[in-house]
Amino acid sequence: MTNSIEEIEFSDAILAIGTNTTENHPVIGSCVKRAVRQNGAKLIVIDPRKIGLVDYADIWLRPKPGTNVAILSGLMNVIIEEGLYAKEYVAQRTEGFEAMKEALAKYTPEHVSEITGVAAEDIRTAARLYAEAKSASILYAMGITQHSHGTDNVKSCANLAMLCGNVGIEGGGVNPLRGQNNVQGACDMGALPNVFPAYQQVANDEARAKFEKAWDVSLPAKPGLTIIEIMNAAHDGDIKGLYIMGENPMISDPDLTHVEAALKNLDLLVVQDIFLTETGSLADVVLPSACFAEKDGTFSNTERRVQRVRKAVDAPGEAKDDWQIISELATKMGYAMDYSSAEAIMDEINTLTPSYAGITYKRIEQNGLQWPCPNTEHPGTKYLHKDKFSRGLGLFSAIEYQPSKEVPDEEYPFFLTTGRVLYHFHTATMTRKSEGLIEKYPESLAEVNPNDAKKLGIKDGDFITVTSRRGSLQVKASVIDTPPEGTIFMNFHFREAAVNFLTNPALDPVGKIPEYKVCAVKVEAA
Amino acid sequence: MDQKLSLTIDGKKLEASSGQTILEVARENGIHIPTLCYYKGTTNVGACRVCVVEVENARSLVASCCMPVSQGMTVMTNTEKVIQARKLVVELLWSSGEHNCLQCEKNGNCELQDLVYELGIEKPRFDIDSPGYEIEDTNSMIQRDLNKCILCGRCVRVCNEKQVHEVLDFSMRGSNAKVGPAFDTDYIHSECVFCGACVDACPVGALSFKQARFKGRPWEIEKVHTTCPYCGVGCQMDLNVSDGKVIKVTTNMDYGKPNEGMLCSKGRFGMDFINSPDRLKTPLIRRDGELKEASWEEAYSYIAEKFASIKEKNGPDSIAGLSSARVTNEENYLFQKFMRAVIGTNNVDHCARL
Ligand code: SF4
Ligand code: SF4
Ligand code: SF4
Ligand code: FES
Repeated sequence: MTNSIEEIEFSDAILAIGTNTTENHPVIGSCVKRAVRQNGAKLIVIDPRKIGLVDYADIWLRPKPGTNVAILSGLMNVIIEEGLYAKEYVAQRTEGFEAMKEALAKYTPEHVSEITGVAAEDIRTAARLYAEAKSASILYAMGITQHSHGTDNVKSCANLAMLCGNVGIEGGGVNPLRGQNNVQGACDMGALPNVFPAYQQVANDEARAKFEKAWDVSLPAKPGLTIIEIMNAAHDGDIKGLYIMGENPMISDPDLTHVEAALKNLDLLVVQDIFLTETGSLADVVLPSACFAEKDGTFSNTERRVQRVRKAVDAPGEAKDDWQIISELATKMGYAMDYSSAEAIMDEINTLTPSYAGITYKRIEQNGLQWPCPNTEHPGTKYLHKDKFSRGLGLFSAIEYQPSKEVPDEEYPFFLTTGRVLYHFHTATMTRKSEGLIEKYPESLAEVNPNDAKKLGIKDGDFITVTSRRGSLQVKASVIDTPPEGTIFMNFHFREAAVNFLTNPALDPVGKIPEYKVCAVKVEAA
Repeated sequence: MDQKLSLTIDGKKLEASSGQTILEVARENGIHIPTLCYYKGTTNVGACRVCVVEVENARSLVASCCMPVSQGMTVMTNTEKVIQARKLVVELLWSSGEHNCLQCEKNGNCELQDLVYELGIEKPRFDIDSPGYEIEDTNSMIQRDLNKCILCGRCVRVCNEKQVHEVLDFSMRGSNAKVGPAFDTDYIHSECVFCGACVDACPVGALSFKQARFKGRPWEIEKVHTTCPYCGVGCQMDLNVSDGKVIKVTTNMDYGKPNEGMLCSKGRFGMDFINSPDRLKTPLIRRDGELKEASWEEAYSYIAEKFASIKEKNGPDSIAGLSSARVTNEENYLFQKFMRAVIGTNNVDHCARL
């Protein structure tokens, strides 16, 4: 997030697009609701599904799945056409405006209406609400990123925010809500194929020299493979050994049939986790690790706040902290790693990660600090790009709408879109062990619009067969008006109805994120 | 707006800002005034009147949680009149419910019990008249015993004003007054999303975390301040540990950002996995097609040898690692260091894209 969670409550307008906030980030969902109920914020919701926030919205736009670029372009077209944009800000702090303006010219509300199915007048109303607010915050989540054109979606959000002068101000911003507790931290720490901690490029000689010196070893310059590329390479026999820590791609990857074949093709699969997951059962070696309640450390939340994790209880049996396992294995392999505690690792992070340099355990004992925090006197950074962008001028991108890679046709007439539900998390290895959560949400349900249900001849609780070009499964239907007609919604929590046997592995060319939010399926009564 | 003014509380000359209440100024200055219905971050309703104080020249006692300070005000928090008024309130509350502390989860940490003790009340002057509600036991997460409810409304306010789930309200009036979801349904059949905020808010034993019933009394519990392991909000929470086990999760509004004492159902009730019998307890190595228990030494040797031979035959780029958005920063840092410095490849990613 460019801005902080606490600012959302005091924004004049909030645009929530591709985020089912009340279920996936419930505490932020409550912030949004307080902003609306108690502080009079205007709320614009853009989502094909009738999500919880719709009840609180001033206006709800319901575009067809996969048409975010079109709808955002429509908003910007109106804002430019009606002269509502922040002219001074655009002139002083940005570049690329003219090229973007040209690209946006054809996205008139009428044209966008044809693509998205949203009434032209509603596009105008929403555009004015956003543009006329003094500070407006854009919230988004996987509904924006998990598309073959996810990067374009993200850039469109940034364009809109800059156009109205909403980046670098209190209560504004472009605010991706991170799905998992420490996605932010995993990225910050360089668990990415092209960068070291703090996004220092592995291909950059200076950066590499710095880490070579600190780690006393020579380092490869060639950026590595992304997760999907790793799976493909394993499938083709080019990757022979795979070490997986705390992930369960056997449920979370797109196209599970392919993943299973890839994992089985390895010479060595090591899985380190707290449970024997679907992925672990395919491993050659499984290493038991301690869970968050059994160790010390830090997580970085979605607003860049680095917060403490503390040991409360002992790990079961011989399970060890992940950092201990890595250290011992490294030492076994001839590279000595000898840390006395998690804090000792943070000390090393401080010296190599400029944005974390001032974040020490001592300073975050009571409250976390938000990076960038370059030294131990620095108070942390509440919102980014205050007087200028990190790159100097904010860059507008000219973007063309592109349809999703797979859209409904005669044979596969429904959209399938996927996501999470309130009571479960990711592959549910943890939430399914909880009595209360299982009581509230015991099994996978596919949401079907009542009109579709009638046509299919099914009622609430009946089983349906959902089939895509990649696979087929049976699942219980929940007949409910949350999804629009012609769209099925499924969660990916349950292995019994692992929706990723159906989803499309088409990747965004830049972000390499699979198109989980849109594919085409056929649906029949089971 | 924020004008400074001065006033006297219990003979102490104090500075305050206009707009502050007497209670806030007293607390800031370490002067104790008991409260029951007051709940930080929600509307001050002045319902219980346990926080009454005497203000010079005021006609009657005032509720300090609602009364803004004014220039030159003189306040007394502890006069005989004040004590008598508080006693009356507490005796009424005591006698209008079934406050049997023997099996109550709040015993030792109950705001009503504290007041009875503080005010030195041997027994209430009124006959005990419990409403005789059935204990609500229809879900595994929250137990409700409205016989202990003192109608302070804190649960109602936190549910509506802080979480904005808009589930709880008062129903009926007078001696039949009751708090709960609409149409007097139980929690599990209402719109309740089990964030548990109402339980944290309840000053007495009317609402309790069911799984923690009889698992540890307040003084046996150690609270460990940590960060929720689920979504990216990173809520601050207390794991309540008793007898080496996490028995429940509570919050503390004083931890402040990012969640100001709020949680969702996952952070609140999603911790059973910690104690699950299915947890992995030893390393496993596949032998004859089956995963069998092994020692750490065997596991490390096995992996080290295999990695070394793959590296030698096919080069470091034929090995890859997936780190995790679920583990700590320190562990992510070390994992990428391992892949880059020990294996010698940049083939390292995690599932953020998924
Ligand atoms: S658990 Fe949360 S949603 Fe349910 S009644 Fe209590 S405060 Fe309201
Ligand atoms: S249930 Fe607890 S918090 Fe709610 S009104 Fe009764 S005593 Fe107060
Ligand atoms: S309590 Fe809920 S909202 Fe808070 S971090 Fe955990 S999962 Fe996210
Ligand atoms: S605490 Fe002031 S009236 Fe209840």
